[in-house]
Amino acid sequence: MHSAVAHHFESLEKQGQAQRLGMWLFLATEVLLFTALFAAYGVYRYLYTGAFSQASRGLETWMGGVNTFVLVTSSFTVAMGLDAIVKGKNKRTGLLFGLSILLGCTFMVLKGFEYRHHFLHAELPGPFYGGPIAGSGGSMFFALYFLITGLHAFHVLIGMTVLGVIGARTWLGKYDAEHHVPVELAGLYWHLVDLIWIFVFPLLYLI
Amino acid sequence: MNEFLRKLLFLPPQLSQHARDVDGLHFFVIITTMVAGLLIFATALVFMIRYRRRQEGESTPEVQPKHWHEAVFVGVPLAFFLLWFAIGYPQYVETTQPPPGAMDVFVQGKKWMWKFAYQGGPSSLDVLRVPVGRPVRLLITSRDVIHSFYVPELRLKQDALPGRYTQTWFQAEQPGRYQVFCAEYCGLSHSGMLAELVVLPAAEFDAWIADQRRGEARAQDAALSAGEQALPGSSILEQGRRVAADQGCLKCHSVDGTRHIGPTFIDLYGRQEKLTTGEVITADEAYLTRSMMDPAAQLVAGYQNVMPSFQGRMTPPEVAAVVEYIKSLKTPAVAAGPSEGPVYEPTPRK
Amino acid sequence: MSQHLESSPPVYAERNYLNTPATGLKSWLTTLDHKRIGVMFLIATLFFFAVGGLFAMLIRIELLTPGPTIMDAMTYNRLFTLHGVVMIFLFMIPAIPSGFGNFLLPIMVGAKDVAFPRLNLLSFYIYLLGAVIALGGMIYGGADTGWTFYTPYSTTTTTKVVPILLGAFILGFSSILTGLNFIVTVHTLRAPGITWNKLPLFVWSIYGTSVIQILATPVLGMTLLLVAIEHAFGWGIFDPGRGGDPVLFQHFFWFYSHPAVYIMVLPAMAVISEVVCAFSHKNIFGYKAVAYSSLGIAFVGFFTWGHHLFTSGQSAFNAGIFGVLSMFVGIFTAIKIFNWVATMYRGSISFKTPFLYFIGFLFFLFFGGMTGIALATVSLDIHWQDTYFVVAHFHFIMVGSTIMAFLAALHYWWPKITGRMYNERWGLVGATLVVSGFVFTFLPQFLLGNEGMPRRYFNYPERFQALNVASTAGASVLGIGFLIILIYILVSLKYGPVAGPNPWGSRGYEWLTPSPPPLENFDVLPAFERGPHEYHELPGSESAAPGAGTSHA
Ligand code: HEA
Ligand code: HEA
Ligand code: HEC
Ligand code: CUA
Ligand SMILES: [Cu+2]
Repeated sequence: MHSAVAHHFESLEKQGQAQRLGMWLFLATEVLLFTALFAAYGVYRYLYTGAFSQASRGLETWMGGVNTFVLVTSSFTVAMGLDAIVKGKNKRTGLLFGLSILLGCTFMVLKGFEYRHHFLHAELPGPFYGGPIAGSGGSMFFALYFLITGLHAFHVLIGMTVLGVIGARTWLGKYDAEHHVPVELAGLYWHLVDLIWIFVFPLLYLI
Repeated sequence: MNEFLRKLLFLPPQLSQHARDVDGLHFFVIITTMVAGLLIFATALVFMIRYRRRQEGESTPEVQPKHWHEAVFVGVPLAFFLLWFAIGYPQYVETTQPPPGAMDVFVQGKKWMWKFAYQGGPSSLDVLRVPVGRPVRLLITSRDVIHSFYVPELRLKQDALPGRYTQTWFQAEQPGRYQVFCAEYCGLSHSGMLAELVVLPAAEFDAWIADQRRGEARAQDAALSAGEQALPGSSILEQGRRVAADQGCLKCHSVDGTRHIGPTFIDLYGRQEKLTTGEVITADEAYLTRSMMDPAAQLVAGYQNVMPSFQGRMTPPEVAAVVEYIKSLKTPAVAAGPSEGPVYEPTPRK
Repeated sequence: MSQHLESSPPVYAERNYLNTPATGLKSWLTTLDHKRIGVMFLIATLFFFAVGGLFAMLIRIELLTPGPTIMDAMTYNRLFTLHGVVMIFLFMIPAIPSGFGNFLLPIMVGAKDVAFPRLNLLSFYIYLLGAVIALGGMIYGGADTGWTFYTPYSTTTTTKVVPILLGAFILGFSSILTGLNFIVTVHTLRAPGITWNKLPLFVWSIYGTSVIQILATPVLGMTLLLVAIEHAFGWGIFDPGRGGDPVLFQHFFWFYSHPAVYIMVLPAMAVISEVVCAFSHKNIFGYKAVAYSSLGIAFVGFFTWGHHLFTSGQSAFNAGIFGVLSMFVGIFTAIKIFNWVATMYRGSISFKTPFLYFIGFLFFLFFGGMTGIALATVSLDIHWQDTYFVVAHFHFIMVGSTIMAFLAALHYWWPKITGRMYNERWGLVGATLVVSGFVFTFLPQFLLGNEGMPRRYFNYPERFQALNVASTAGASVLGIGFLIILIYILVSLKYGPVAGPNPWGSRGYEWLTPSPPPLENFDVLPAFERGPHEYHELPGSESAAPGAGTSHA
């Protein structure tokens, strides 16, 4: 039997199956974590329609757009990395994961510029809001904006760490064509991070 | 029958038709529950006795349900549940739709008191007067956290939410005095946030409200603009006393030396107060004003930080009036000479 | 102690999970064995039960007289908050799933362990971390918000809500990890022969619980985090002063917390389905109905949260929807109750302690559940909302039925977990005291609620005193009952007679292995030919029913 099989599994295949199911369930909880925030966003968007669309127009849509492109690309490189390990090319996977991390960094840097912009314009949550929108809508929008993008950025960081660790281990040859479920799961996690952004972007920037 | 069941279940008297209707449903539900319970537990008891183990290692047959078993298990309770809902829901909807022409009373909850304001100006603290036999609509809101207006005799309860109005209505049928509770947890004195519902005969009520309107020529809705009204002319101490009562200071501060949620007002002016920081300060005008505007800044030792800020809730003349009023509160013995520090003894707690 | 056991030869598995691979404290704290993790969860949760119970006793003493009896209002407000938080987050939610579930579920599906043993241990440590943070918050000052943390009170109070919220947030992850582990285990690690239709009912119910844990807990986590952020920085999400909506918090909170009540009751039902079969010595009546109704509860339970908001000013339309759906949730419980009663029909019932708790359970679940239905009829709830009627409703269900089930489980699986029998006569005494003390404590509270006494009241008008005194008296009986149980069960650890693999003559899969079970659960994996709830004689085979005490190991 493969050395990576834990004692209570009958085969590597069964173990992989369990790990995949576990990961999907975990991803479901992650989605639900964001769902609470999206629901709050929906409610307040309904209550402060005007203020929210005004605040949303004030965001740097082009930066968000570039970031979307960057993340989608990184998802693509991760997928290529998966394809490589299935074929047993572990070095290639390591490189591709490294590239994805770089793209993740790009995302974070751009996000940092955006945040800086908001700080300079006092577009901040709650009592710190000093932007042009009268009433409570502006501060509420930015409270949710920072919560959602902040939580997402936090997930990007975790995702980069996961990719880093797994990518390094792949490079060192810990995984191979037969035993690659952890690589696959790391990829899955990154896809989730990407997918959430795909929801965040239109919600905050476009509509 | 109604009276018997009501007393058996410890329900308070029914003050309105709505209360009677709700109790009717209550009796229906409880009787069905008891009967169903009796049937289920009698069956269980029979099984337990009849099929008790007589010897070790007995074998038992396999018994499987037929479809109609499960249909009964689902159908019978569901039928009852939905029937109850079909009775109860319209009763609830009725309480959300006040009849046209109902008299409006604005209710405002605030830590920890109820303020009632009538159209045309009159308002009162912790006493809600209504006429018998006329529909009354309550428009309820809160100044700080969530409270809930609850009169058991009316079988009515409605949350008071900060920043929005909720409503409910009732029509009381007997004159009398009934307790109003706060039913949503709101902090230290939640259980002390009581008020009284006084149901007056219609004529008496009309006389009372006319009297009030004459006395207080306030054109505005007190509830909507509390804090901004002009002070009715009278002596400044009288104004101060009235503001202190209206703003609820007296809910927490006594004027007779007893220790309450906050320190007593009597002999407060000029007193040496020990703060939680250990610092000792003298209560002068500035300190009194600061205590109202930013109570958390300087806490008196031995008290919780629960006093709300009155910043923006009182006009400057009102603040001045309250300060003057507090300054006037002296125990006779020391009133003549200069203040000699704290004279009051906090009443020992049990 | 019943007769037949003493006559049968003592069977005590010499090499079992308690002494292999090692016995030291370190080997426990670093163990990956699901049984040991389950036992550690049990000990921890029992400790918190005692803490929460202590708070409850102080509450009851305080309510003996109107006005201050032994404490001031602030202390009282903190006490009921901590009582609620400890009992719900630290005791009830983890107790049966993480404790008994961890111990039993892998054995019941014929697996050597849960799918992710490391995650399982992590879940325990996350639990401890959350507990320590929450406990720290309590010692440091405690919160006075009620376990519901309603905004804007919770975001403006000066007490230490942040550590309590953070603790509950962290505990959520423990719950999520355990649920995730169970679902994957049931899907991928069932032994050959255990098909979905031969899955023990315990497993079905725990499975349903896990689904709820995974779906509801993240939303709660986010909500509590928002409250903590609001409290710390004042961002205004729930603050009406900044345009926030305080009722939105209530929706978020109950979206989790209503399903959470089923997280608490489904495991109880899991236990009871096993107990009723084992002690009636008969197959379950309507296996499929009982199994699928767990999933029904898990599903419909997500759409009834609004019944906690009938007085909060939500639209009448919402109230109607949530009311009707609450009625449907009741049906699944009704199915179970009827099937359990029917299971006794033509059985061979032995009145051991777990069965006594089953009787108590049935009683409390029925009346607790029916008062839940009464609350869901909307117009009645308007009178009862936030009165002692609600307190009595949920204590009937949570303490009444769930604790009964917890105690039934403790007694039923005690021999499996420790290899020893407790004293049956003391068991009877304990059960009598607990059940009757319970009725005395909470029955008066229904009447108090009818009379109109609101909950979370430090002080109350004189006319409520008589019933309050009755309730306190009942609580003291309850306390004594628990103490007796604690004592005799500890005594049995050392002096109890050796139990043997199957002292009850049960058909459950967990009884096919020695007590206490060996390290990887089965020395030889059984074939699992019979269902776990089948007691009838198979045609052709004689004495197929295992007599009590017969060894299969
Ligand atoms: C384990 C916990 C648990 C469980 C299982 C339940 C089960 C139910 N609960 Fe309860 N509930 C709580 C714990 C629980 N509850 C708590 C903690 C609170 C208060 C929280 C707080 O505010 O602090 C609460 C509050 C609460 C309220 C809000 C009260 C208020 O604050 O105003 C409502 C309202 O509808 C309600 C309803 C129900 C219903 C319909 C069920 C149903 O699931 C019950 C179903 C069971 C049955 C129906 C019994 C079986 C039926 C039969 C055998 C049928 C036979 C009948 C005939 C033939 C007629 N619950
Ligand atoms: C599972 C949950 C649970 C449990 C078990 C209990 C158990 C008890 N509860 Fe509690 N209760 C809640 C959950 C629970 N409660 C919640 C959620 C609230 C609402 C809080 C809020 O408003 O925010 C509440 C509120 C609440 C109130 C209302 C307070 C108020 O509104 O002002 C009261 C008042 O009587 C009360 C009493 C009791 C009593 C007497 C017990 C007794 O049953 C306790 C008996 C237990 C003991 C005495 C412990 C003794 C144990 C040992 C000695 C060790 C035992 C060891 C073994 C068995 C091995 N509870
Ligand atoms: C919720 C209860 C509450 C209300 C309402 C309240 N107070 Fe207080 N007050 C307190 C408490 C408790 C303290 C002591 C802690 C502190 O210093 O903040 C206090 C302290 C004070 C002090 C300082 C007393 C001293 O001994 O040094 C003054 C002055 C005061 N309050 C004035 C007022 C006035 C005027 C009002 C009404 C406009 C008012 N309070 C309303 C609770 C309250
Ligand atoms: Cu106001 Cu409780
Ligand atoms: Cu509920």
